[in-house]
Amino acid sequence: MWPEQLPALAVAVPLACAPVAALLRTGLPAWTVATVASVASFAFAVLLAGSVGGLDELSYAVGSWPVPYGIELRITSFSALLLLIITGASSAALLAGRHSLETEVAAPRHPFFYAAWLLVLGGLIGIVVSGDAFNIFVFMEVSSLATYILVAGGSNPRALPAVFKYLVMGTIGATFYLIGVGLIYMMTGTLNLADMGTRIHDVADLKPILAAVGFVTIGLILKAGLFPLHVWLPNTYAWSPHIVTAFIAACSAKVSLYVLLRFDFMVFQGSLVDHQLQFSGFLMPLAVLAILVASGVAMAEGNLKRLLAYSSVAQIGYVVLGASLMTASGLTAGIIHMFNHALAKGAMFLAVAGIAIRITSLRLEDLAGIGRLMPWSTAAFMLAALSLIGIPGTAGFVSKWYLISAALDAGTVGVALVVVIVASSLMTVAYIWRIAETMYFRAPLDNAAGVRDAPPWMLGVLWVVALANVWFGLLPGIPLVLSADAAATLLGHLP
Amino acid sequence: MAGARPAYPVLTLLPGLEIAFRVEPLGALFAALASLLWLLNTVYSIGYMRGNREQNQTRFYVLFAVALSATIGIAFASNLLTLFLFYEVLTLSTYPLVAHKGDAKSVASARVYLGVLLATSIGLLLPAIVWTWRTAGTLDFTPGGILDGHVGGLATGLLLAFYVFGTGKAALMPVHRWLPAAMVAPTPVSALLHAVAVVKAGVFVVTKVIIYIFGIDFLRTQGSADWLLYAAGFTMVAASVVALRQENLKRLLAYSTVAQLSYVTLAAALFRPVSETGAALHIASHGLGKITLFFAAGSIYTAARKTEISQLDGIGRRMPWTCAAFAVGALAMIGLPPTAGFVSKWQILVGSLQSGQHFAVLVIILSTAITSAYFMPILHRVWFRSEPTGPRVDCREAPLPIVLALTTTALLTVAFFFVHPPILEFAWQMFSTNARP
Repeated sequence: MWPEQLPALAVAVPLACAPVAALLRTGLPAWTVATVASVASFAFAVLLAGSVGGLDELSYAVGSWPVPYGIELRITSFSALLLLIITGASSAALLAGRHSLETEVAAPRHPFFYAAWLLVLGGLIGIVVSGDAFNIFVFMEVSSLATYILVAGGSNPRALPAVFKYLVMGTIGATFYLIGVGLIYMMTGTLNLADMGTRIHDVADLKPILAAVGFVTIGLILKAGLFPLHVWLPNTYAWSPHIVTAFIAACSAKVSLYVLLRFDFMVFQGSLVDHQLQFSGFLMPLAVLAILVASGVAMAEGNLKRLLAYSSVAQIGYVVLGASLMTASGLTAGIIHMFNHALAKGAMFLAVAGIAIRITSLRLEDLAGIGRLMPWSTAAFMLAALSLIGIPGTAGFVSKWYLISAALDAGTVGVALVVVIVASSLMTVAYIWRIAETMYFRAPLDNAAGVRDAPPWMLGVLWVVALANVWFGLLPGIPLVLSADAAATLLGHLP
Repeated sequence: MAGARPAYPVLTLLPGLEIAFRVEPLGALFAALASLLWLLNTVYSIGYMRGNREQNQTRFYVLFAVALSATIGIAFASNLLTLFLFYEVLTLSTYPLVAHKGDAKSVASARVYLGVLLATSIGLLLPAIVWTWRTAGTLDFTPGGILDGHVGGLATGLLLAFYVFGTGKAALMPVHRWLPAAMVAPTPVSALLHAVAVVKAGVFVVTKVIIYIFGIDFLRTQGSADWLLYAAGFTMVAASVVALRQENLKRLLAYSTVAQLSYVTLAAALFRPVSETGAALHIASHGLGKITLFFAAGSIYTAARKTEISQLDGIGRRMPWTCAAFAVGALAMIGLPPTAGFVSKWQILVGSLQSGQHFAVLVIILSTAITSAYFMPILHRVWFRSEPTGPRVDCREAPLPIVLALTTTALLTVAFFFVHPPILEFAWQMFSTNARP
């Protein structure tokens, strides 16, 4: 029956639609194909999220070759949550973004652009559903290469150096990951993650495995943009076509963190002595630095998109911080923050895309007074910004609440972490309010006279995402259950 | 509702954490006060906003309504989470009201306003609430408190400090700076929000936390909680001294508010039922008196464009209604009969004497003396000095809605003195041992 095929369909539909989009001649049909494929995968993701409950893991043997010899797709609560984030972000960005893309991407390139978009989508979904370390690498390359195209696909020449840096660093990250996987394969003879986890017990010489831990971890945090390996991220987010930023900022870094957590817990945590301590001892300081340094930079940044990009670097720090506590509450906090941050940042970048249709420069001083000219876009932006700060009643509050609770459980270190979390929340208030004052209380520039709000269709999608921040702030049931189950699944791999 | 505590759960936010409402005497009193004065304030606003041709009046009234809803939400919150939610809504919805004029000065002041209130609430109040949740396992307001046996020693005093300073709206020094800054707002905002809704929400939270989260019997046994009395006493005297030196009428009223809020905190910090009811009464009586004073200040601004105290010579003859109401408000601040201020101050004094806190008695006397020292000269100036010579300004009484509103609040301030027994009785029910539903 077809519901069993859902994991495969979620990957196959976007990948199969990509060449279709590329073969079309004009933008509109290609957009339609991409949007339909994206919304279809969102529907698959919703169905999958409904069908995995508790600690169940849904295993799908590709081509009916038995696991661990064949390729395995594996859906857990964690992957279901990530699928919702990826497909949701892609669908919202595509639905809202046609107009924005037309202003940024030359018309003849549109079909290829949408094809690349579908490859990114299919690749990210593939990473998430795959239960096999090498397939994760393949999908990672598919999505990365296509992402480079998307980032460089706009008309802004500054995207080219940014994407070159991204390409070099992304390739290094992927190579590191591959080296790590190769080392483990050498010692265990398997590529299936679950199988690796059991076979690694029998490995006598652990040195290659320890090297593999280093390669995999560094490679993945590089791709996730964790401080101090975040240097590719701000410019990539800033100079991409706006709607591409809304898509990748909401999900791509989180997918790498997902792989890191899944890989680490399934393969390493259960079998290496003291690995838990090393994991948190290595990642926690980086997370704290990410949160503080990136928030500080965001406070001084003058370009709206770069500011939000640095804010993303800080938010990645929150996710890693929660995970590095190695407790059920900490992991739940980190994982639900992936979802909540995607909602908030996705809505903010969508709003930026709407604003950018009318005002080309996104330097803060050029956005003076647009609260009056574009009231709907700016109001949605501010609503999502409140969620980013973590005001109660919004999604961001839920993750902040869990994160502070989890930190308080961690004893003396935890108190210091609470100070960090609180300090960075206040820094978030500071940089958001700099934006708010510029948008609402400065007089509009002369050349902005007569600027209208974003197109109604785009505003509609934007507001759905912005209001989702309130919805999931008051009724966080679904993401909360999925995150708690995901945390329990991860911890279930511990001895 | 003799002893009843009607409850309305709305939705479950996180496991064990609900958005829920419950009516209890302290909250009911506060909500009744805020809604009653909101009605009068609306009448007043119509006169003021039209009289001064303010911009963006729709936004103004919409946000005003949101702010009032948030205040009622705080009043009826049945647990700390719900309270925190509405507390932040109140902060955010009043921010544009403070910055209403939109010029550089009001934007800068609004930044102070928002900065202090958000920083304290996120930085201290939220961690305090999470801390409470982790140790006590509940956030429900429960008669007798929920923290007994869960914290002790220095931790009690520290947690109390997190709550009291986290509630920036209570304006305990040194987190009082936002209140004078907020005075750039149009006067109806200062009147309702920064004499009643916002600041009273602050001391309401402090009182509510002391009674229903810590429990006064528990706090009385905790030596580490004693500092609050001294901090409140210091703020009372210090703010009064600062008020002495103010030239601008609204800023003087703001500092007077800081001092009066600390009366409530001080009363709450005595940890006696008598003083807690005194705190509840003072929330109401100061609200009535202070809104009258702000109404009068706004009335003078609307009719005569005067904002400084030195400009007020002899204005009582031109604006008799306004200045009579101002006098009533000033007497209430000092705490003289027959005004509302006397009733609550009496109650607080009884509490201080009962608990043997001579420090409290002393600061109340001192602060009362200073309060007279800054209000009496204004009354003298308004009524007995002759008008300045020079080009005569032709001003008459402010528009009718303004006069109507401020006369009503002045009458209420006096009426409170005569009809307070049932209110006092009602406030006592906080400590009645009736079973909760």
